[in-house]
Amino acid sequence: MHIVVCVKQVPDTKIIKINPKTNTLDRRSAPAILNPYDAHAVQEAVSIREKTGGTISVLSMGPPQATAVIKKSIEIGADRGYLITDRAFAGADTLATSYALFKALEKINKEIPVDLIICGKHAIDGDTGQVGPGIARRLDIPPVTNVIEVTEVNLEEKTVLIKRKLSSGYELIQAEMPCLLTVEKEINQIEYSPMPNMIKAARYEPVIWAVSDLENVDRVQLGLKGSPTIVGKMFTPPRPEGGKKIEGSPDEQVNQLMDILLEQKDVLTLQSSKQ
Amino acid sequence: MPEKFDVIVVGAGPAGTSCALVCAQKGLNVLLIERGEYPGSKNVMGGVLYRKQMEELIPEFWKEAPLERPVIEQRFWMMDKESVVQFGYKGLEWGVEPYNNFTVLRAQFDQWFAKKAVEAGALLINETVVTECIVENGKVIGVRTDRPNGEVYADVVVLADGVNSLLSKQLGFHKEFRPDEVALTVMEVINLPKEKINDRFNLEDNQGCTIEIFGDSTKGNLGTAFLYTNKDSLNIGVGTTLSSMIKSKMKPYDLLDYLKTHPMVKPMLAGGESAEYLAHLIPEGGYRSVPKVAGNGVVVVGDAAQLVNAIHREGSNMAMHSGLLAAETVIEAKHRGDFSESSLNLYRQKLYDSFIIKDLEKYKDATHTFENNPQYFKEYVPMMNKAMSKFFTVDGTPKRDKQKEIMKSVTAERGTFKVIQDIYRAWKAVK
Repeated sequence: MHIVVCVKQVPDTKIIKINPKTNTLDRRSAPAILNPYDAHAVQEAVSIREKTGGTISVLSMGPPQATAVIKKSIEIGADRGYLITDRAFAGADTLATSYALFKALEKINKEIPVDLIICGKHAIDGDTGQVGPGIARRLDIPPVTNVIEVTEVNLEEKTVLIKRKLSSGYELIQAEMPCLLTVEKEINQIEYSPMPNMIKAARYEPVIWAVSDLENVDRVQLGLKGSPTIVGKMFTPPRPEGGKKIEGSPDEQVNQLMDILLEQKDVLTLQSSKQ
Repeated sequence: MPEKFDVIVVGAGPAGTSCALVCAQKGLNVLLIERGEYPGSKNVMGGVLYRKQMEELIPEFWKEAPLERPVIEQRFWMMDKESVVQFGYKGLEWGVEPYNNFTVLRAQFDQWFAKKAVEAGALLINETVVTECIVENGKVIGVRTDRPNGEVYADVVVLADGVNSLLSKQLGFHKEFRPDEVALTVMEVINLPKEKINDRFNLEDNQGCTIEIFGDSTKGNLGTAFLYTNKDSLNIGVGTTLSSMIKSKMKPYDLLDYLKTHPMVKPMLAGGESAEYLAHLIPEGGYRSVPKVAGNGVVVVGDAAQLVNAIHREGSNMAMHSGLLAAETVIEAKHRGDFSESSLNLYRQKLYDSFIIKDLEKYKDATHTFENNPQYFKEYVPMMNKAMSKFFTVDGTPKRDKQKEIMKSVTAERGTFKVIQDIYRAWKAVK
């Protein structure tokens, strides 16, 4: 069983600042982390490997410092990692990104045939969720998105049984391997990595490929050139208005709060109707 | 079988990283374990990094390290409620190579420093807490971490786990600290545009200023406050011994608020935006509090060994130098193949022969003297302020009469005998 997990290095959007003039993310204002959904993808691969045995590879595209997210994946339990990094990849949208990862996956597949590909649902910096399905289409394998449980992996039949999140519940799907899953956060809890993994990760140097290391690459489909996406406009949604800060001594604050509550007729009606 | 290293260093602060760096440079197999998210994420100091001891580890580090400003001016303030007596030194020779010291932000600096150790070959593991030393037949043979399969083994374990050093406590090297042996310091990083800092402190872009503030900054308690200039932020903080805080029922954050709104300080911070709030214990027990620093298979460095000179606000440099001395000892022990206490006691000897213990020994009574004689900060600082005010106020009184009056008021407040006693006592404490 060979599982490949695609991971991305993203700025931590919980603390990132937005440049008020250009409405773009100020990437220097936040540390780079492993995309949280991708961390769950790696963890899921580790859980599957516990049952089936086999190997987990991680694959990432990004600048050389994206090595950090491959090391983080090794901490979680991946066996090996590949980073494709090249100026030619720069400026890629989801179409060009899925093409580059597809080419790398073809090469990995030649080394060890791939049975399952797992991606995070989406990256927290772009929120598109298109790269996973894009890879699946290019590889001509079934994509299964929004996975919340991998119920069963049948190595003999080469099938997986999967729970997929819907707005009103879940659906149970059986897919043929190789296939591609994109996972939700609730699929698992990231375990506290064991010490041997930490030592392995600290030492680990991933395989690094440039465009020239990949085979049969159509360079026109890479990077900015291969990206038809046009960003028309970027804006920060208006802050919700309202809200009032109540100040003063605790007694004054309580009185003010009571006044406000009493003004809100709904609250009183609700109370009187209950009585 | 878990892996065995030559050295495990617990804690990636200045002491631990120095030790890991030097050991790795000599080809030793080093594991550096840090509990924070990254080195520096949990480390706190006022913000002055001394050049000399850092340079011994990484020559010309100022060319690549993330430093804020070279300090070209050091001011000392004796502050009263609405006045301040100040003296200081400003020299342009400190603004050019090789510099004297720098202001730094630890979160950035420590991260860079640890990266240097990693480049030299040390293995760095973050977000991992060492829970105890593994002891077998009276010898430390490794550490246990809070991770699954968390045991790792080594010939020598270097404890650089900071002021509280639970690990050297576990080994019985020291007891729980008394409240008069540690200071609690709280500080804030306040963002302020570079131009404003340059104007307010009379500086150019690549020049820094430090102000140490005594007296009303701690409401007369034993301790100091500080205000340091970074590139586009200020570090302001205040610390007093834990015992003073308990005695005067002060809360550290109240003290910092008091300082920030003090009329002598407030205008310097005006318009600033609070970016970070930090607090830390500082080991200030000095010479008498230094614990046992070497045992079978183990040495203790930096804050964990209480190596701080509170009088001269030196700590990180002592930490680095102790890390270097520990590394030299470990390398020699490796050559001898002997990691027993008697072999590692060479570290103790090196430490006691160095400026570190010599300086701590010089001031061994200082903290104690000032702690037990609050008049120095509580009475003399206001007295100095009054004297200066009187002396420089032009009101037609002849200067000679003014001098007499000042002397009279000093002896009247404390008594002639006491004044002489105070001077002698203070001189003895710092001589």
